[in-house]
Amino acid sequence: MSDVARAGSIEPGSGQLTADVDATHGLDLYRRMQLIRRFEERVYLHYLQGELPGTLHQSQGQEAVAVGICDALRPTDWITSTHRPHGHALAKGVDLRAAMAELYGKATGCCGGKGGSMHLGDPSVGMLPAIAIVGGGNTVVTGLGLAFKLMRTDQVAVCFFGEGASNEGAFHEGLNFAAVQHLPIVFACENNLYGASTPFHQVSLVPDVATRAVAYGVRGEIVDGMDVLAVREAAGRAVAEARAGAGPVLLECKTYRFAGHSRGDVKGYRSREEEVLWKERDPIVRLRARLAATLDAGVLDDMDAQVEAALDDAIEFARQSPLPRAEDALTDAYATVISGGSAS
Amino acid sequence: MTAAEAPVVGERRLTIAEALREAIAEEMRHDEKVFLIGEDIGVPGGFGGAFGVYLGLTEEFGHDRIIDTPISEKALAGAAIGAALMGMRPIPDLQYADFLFECMDELVNQAAKMRYMSNGKLSVPLVLRCPVGTANRGAQHGQCPESYFVHVPGLKVVCVSDAYHAKGLLKSAVRDDDPVLFFEHKLLYGSKGREQAGGMDLTAHVPEEEYFFPIGKAVVKREGMSVTVVATHMSLYRSLAAAEELAQDGIDCEVIDPLTLLPFDEETIFASVRKTGRLVIAHEDTLTGGWGAELAARVAEECLYSLQAPIRRVASHDVPLPVAPVMEQTVVPSQARIKAAIQRCCEG
Repeated sequence: MSDVARAGSIEPGSGQLTADVDATHGLDLYRRMQLIRRFEERVYLHYLQGELPGTLHQSQGQEAVAVGICDALRPTDWITSTHRPHGHALAKGVDLRAAMAELYGKATGCCGGKGGSMHLGDPSVGMLPAIAIVGGGNTVVTGLGLAFKLMRTDQVAVCFFGEGASNEGAFHEGLNFAAVQHLPIVFACENNLYGASTPFHQVSLVPDVATRAVAYGVRGEIVDGMDVLAVREAAGRAVAEARAGAGPVLLECKTYRFAGHSRGDVKGYRSREEEVLWKERDPIVRLRARLAATLDAGVLDDMDAQVEAALDDAIEFARQSPLPRAEDALTDAYATVISGGSAS
Repeated sequence: MTAAEAPVVGERRLTIAEALREAIAEEMRHDEKVFLIGEDIGVPGGFGGAFGVYLGLTEEFGHDRIIDTPISEKALAGAAIGAALMGMRPIPDLQYADFLFECMDELVNQAAKMRYMSNGKLSVPLVLRCPVGTANRGAQHGQCPESYFVHVPGLKVVCVSDAYHAKGLLKSAVRDDDPVLFFEHKLLYGSKGREQAGGMDLTAHVPEEEYFFPIGKAVVKREGMSVTVVATHMSLYRSLAAAEELAQDGIDCEVIDPLTLLPFDEETIFASVRKTGRLVIAHEDTLTGGWGAELAARVAEECLYSLQAPIRRVASHDVPLPVAPVMEQTVVPSQARIKAAIQRCCEG
């Protein structure tokens, strides 16, 4: 890469969006963000129509974080996720049909119907079942990093968590332990300003989670989480540092969830003006504008159509899939079936 | 093989601490994925763990495999769980079982549920060593909290009381693919508890050759026809001592060490109760909601018509632990209380 490119002064029309991302790559980032956006929107519709059990935590608006960070990872790297995991799962490569079927509670789901929306994950693509306890992943991820270090692999683990988790003891214990052990971990904070309905400024006098890195002797960085190219660039740096043994890194992505905390949230705790301001920074709209400068508009429209077709297929797959067998509820608590403990 | 048996001249007898150390060393030699992680376990010039179990191991295995952590139970439990998810076989150490409450989320929400939530695709093979038991340390360093974890599907819970089973079970636990909580009583590590255990020899024969003892299997420590007594840790030794006294009164106790509380070896207990018709359960965990309650319920469900008298439980009273010895001895099950409960059970 040239020094010019490194400085970010990319020639308009050159086809290069950043030093690391050319137009083809950019189109792929766009596809994956659009897939997440439309997944969330369509799933919500079918949820309201009564097709899906349970609850939903949607991530519209936060797509650039999931996609930008996972794009900097290898298939052999791992992530931990949160109660809002759909975007992380699709970005890390969980099969679309299997993810959809899991939300539908079907046997073909990536967790066989045992996980559901809040525990979406698939070890085969490097994603633990999402951990829906706030801060829960922040300590478990240290073990992933420790195993990579002990086994002398060059794998990296990313822990996604919200700004709300930074007030949990787990955040501090996990970051400190990872720091003293120099573990190959990126702690990726999705700061969407609200823990459920509670604004972050009400629960922390430190406005930027990244500044907490100083307390643990690690590097912290703040990035615009509404710009997938910026996230990709920062993630590339953080992941490279972690892989080289210079981690962990605390990467804070400033973002916003366009939807409520969970289904049925009418968002009475934030102003419509604030929502409009953030909507104007929609990461998909922004990347589409960047790409439109070099790509034919038809290419982007085709991509949108492909995403809809893939979702049509996944939804149909989920609908047609068999329900889990009721008796499968009693398997997989242990490696081998143990006697006793079943109520009559 | 009971601890009450007289030692055979020339046989190799070890304390529980020695047996645990030997099991850990063997498993670390056997599998490079086994490692130790905890507080004060390998610091040069340190303690070798809170109870000296790891003394000498750092010299053989080095600091890569004996990892000292901050005083940070959530982090060390999380690190062990995460490493286990990646195929390692960690043996985390918490110094005192009382500190388990610092990492309940990691144990109950993560370790116990990852296999299930992943539909069987993931395993969490770890053995968490937890020293329990009163020893004049008061309310926060003497609890026996094993019953909390008996309530958690996905965990396995082991309570060891002698060196032979401690070694065989620890080796099995390390090779088990599920998370195992391994409860050891502080007074039973060496010979310190000997007086409180009725003067019994707390060492046991441990063969030189390798062996395993299966998780989920109880042992009959003393055979008898009058009454079944199920007990763990110090309560086991006090039950055995009480049994010797009661034998003089014609009460012939069958004393069983369950060894594993989850999964529980019901069949051994049921068979004994069907034979004796009477059951006494003794544990140092508190009474209400203790594992003895679960066992009593299962025996009532399966063996009610074999019972000739109500089931009796002897447990720590439902109060926090005091330090003053005279009060502590009042709270935990004494040999006298166990003896009285057996007598009462045999009256009916």
